[in-house]
Amino acid sequence: MNADVVVIGAGIVGAACAYHASQAGLSVCVVDRGPPAGGTTGAGEGNLLISDKLPGPELDLALLSYQLWRALAEVPFRDTTFGARTELEHKGGLVVAASADVLRGFGELAARQAAAGVEAVPVPPDGLREHEPNLAGDLAGGIRYPQDMQVQPMLATAVLLRLARDAGAVLLPGEAVTGFLRRGDRLVGVRTARRAVSASAVVNCAGTWAGEVAALAGVRIPVSPRRGFVLVTEPLPRVIRHKVYAADYVADVASDSSALQTSPVVEGTRSGTVLIGATRERVGFDRTWSPQAIRRLAAGAVRLFPFLAEVVALRAYRGFRPYCPDHLPIIGPDPRVPGLWHACGHEGAGIGLSAATGRLIAQSLRGEATDLPLHPFRPERFDEGAG
Amino acid sequence: MITFDGVETPCRAGWTIGAALTAAGVRSWRTTRRAGRPRGLFCGIGVCFDCLVTVNGRPSMRACLTEARPGDVVSTQDGTGHGDRAC
Repeated sequence: MNADVVVIGAGIVGAACAYHASQAGLSVCVVDRGPPAGGTTGAGEGNLLISDKLPGPELDLALLSYQLWRALAEVPFRDTTFGARTELEHKGGLVVAASADVLRGFGELAARQAAAGVEAVPVPPDGLREHEPNLAGDLAGGIRYPQDMQVQPMLATAVLLRLARDAGAVLLPGEAVTGFLRRGDRLVGVRTARRAVSASAVVNCAGTWAGEVAALAGVRIPVSPRRGFVLVTEPLPRVIRHKVYAADYVADVASDSSALQTSPVVEGTRSGTVLIGATRERVGFDRTWSPQAIRRLAAGAVRLFPFLAEVVALRAYRGFRPYCPDHLPIIGPDPRVPGLWHACGHEGAGIGLSAATGRLIAQSLRGEATDLPLHPFRPERFDEGAG
Repeated sequence: MITFDGVETPCRAGWTIGAALTAAGVRSWRTTRRAGRPRGLFCGIGVCFDCLVTVNGRPSMRACLTEARPGDVVSTQDGTGHGDRAC
């Protein structure tokens, strides 16, 4: 088999890369050892968040992604649109603080975000219930982020892959990459148990497992798993309008700790269930249930929305975010292995950031100027300064 | 005795609410969320969540697993049973 580009990984990032590359006229082959959205994508909540990004390269990526998701929402798909088919909701985020101290700290961050082009609107304590009627009555205030959105990540992946296939891409699920085709130092394709696929570029979109793919190519990228649990309630009518989360969440995301951290992130879904995140802990690929983590999730959600105490939790699920030590994804060509690109390491922001990632990768593959500089995301940065 | 939508309904020790309602000839006690279709016992063993019902004001109890206690107030559940929280 032949293609211009082989994409390794059929999660949301691989799907976005395949979509953008095929729209740009490249022939694409997507290979995944499992089914589409079978890894971290299928264990996420579908956050397309601006609000939790600190000013800098990741916020730039999030703002570009926001524009791309807005445009993608309107793309026709079958008898409807991408947005309608994938439960994409422009619902906005609401970050709330329990104490005046926390609110002050978060307000300073919001001001810096606003200076960087983010819509951030302070909400006084007595205005919170106007936006979110079921919130606890004793919160100190919050910030509203109208640009935050939500999507059903598995549907988004499936539709992106379908659009890529409509444009000629080939999808090979259930085929693990076992090695690379090489010409000299250069990668010129991949090998699976069933076939060889030659290509002029290979993109590593293997998410939390991207380090293994890189190692197979002979390079190191330090992506490691950061476990998270999500609690799912029984179906409810629309009881929560926004993505609602506690201000502590941003500090948890930015933390380097490996210990269990919990800060409530609560949102409704089109199907009626309410999703309650978010825990973070670095315990390897340990799939064991953690009653402690789930108990903390429930308590955090009830603190924000007291009525949830009377609601039945149906189930929980967990997944492994692709964690990078500097909290930035890895996007771009790897100068250590010509022919290899990476698009991975987005931690808990991969659903949202997939859009800009796919676009930047497609531009880079075609040798075009990229919408954002790739330098902050360069794969070899972890080798620098190490002596 | 328990009551179902205000009607006295007999039950014996150890019966579930689903058993009491079935013994009284009641076949459905919930409507589906979107189409409003009637639902009652289906699997009868706690797996399918079809027999959800409101018990003592608490929605979405599985009638097939919830033991009936004398004086329980059981009422037909409309959709999720949480319509009062909709916003």
